[in-house]
Amino acid sequence: MPVLELAGKNITFNDEGFMEDHKQWDEAVAREIAAKVGIPELNERHFTVLNYMRKAYEENGTGPSIRALTKQSGIPTKELYELFPKGPAKKAARIAGIPKPQGCI
Amino acid sequence: MTDIFAEPNVLGAEDETLEPVKKVSIVISRGSLEGVYPGLIMANGARMEGIEASIFFTFFGLHAIVKKKMNKLKVATVGNPALCVPDAMGMALPTFLGAIPGMSAFATYMMKKEMEKIDIPPVGEFIEMIHDAGAKLYSCKATVDMFKLKPEDFCPQMDKVLTVGEFYELSAGSQIIFT
Repeated sequence: MPVLELAGKNITFNDEGFMEDHKQWDEAVAREIAAKVGIPELNERHFTVLNYMRKAYEENGTGPSIRALTKQSGIPTKELYELFPKGPAKKAARIAGIPKPQGCI
Repeated sequence: MTDIFAEPNVLGAEDETLEPVKKVSIVISRGSLEGVYPGLIMANGARMEGIEASIFFTFFGLHAIVKKKMNKLKVATVGNPALCVPDAMGMALPTFLGAIPGMSAFATYMMKKEMEKIDIPPVGEFIEMIHDAGAKLYSCKATVDMFKLKPEDFCPQMDKVLTVGEFYELSAGSQIIFT
């Protein structure tokens, strides 16, 4: 499994590029992953999404659906797609350090 | 080292030169609940993956974007031999029972309840979500003329009425999916 050095830590990823252990995550790691997937700067709104996703994952063992994400984090669908262009669910999960989302919605 | 963050990953593809899907044009032609949802789910799923998506609503599929109809779509309980009660693994529902008044409303209620559990929104909310996600929603001109529909009959998310020719023009580079 690939190991990358990000923000001074050795982070293990699975073959699809999702973090193996979400506990290795911190904001600096998130910023470095984001830069690698085409989001050069993470702002407060990005972190609202990321923190909500991490919370949902810790509670349910899976990332939230886009519907739950927009309703409960207070970030509207349009903005979510602007914050994480080209595939918000997967991209946000990647940056949030949680596994690939399993739902279809 | 290969880029582990490469998106979208073409999973399981033996031929690594295969291009990922970039654009889909989905045709929704049926107006029952089970006729409309697959197309909506596929369009929304496409946007979630960063795939460009548009939906062309034609014939009774148009009901999904007509304000007065969109939230009243029903499951077809007649002429649907796959329909079982109380769930997919239950007993087949004979067509003559499906014709009893209220049966379609009941089947619709049951299906909506199950959909809500897995976070599939009602049609109106789903259309709004898909539109906000950047998908384009088009209606078929022949159907609009045939049903004598006016612009005010449509939900505000409907982008444009298209002829079939225009639909093909806008689908350049798309995979066209008929549902």
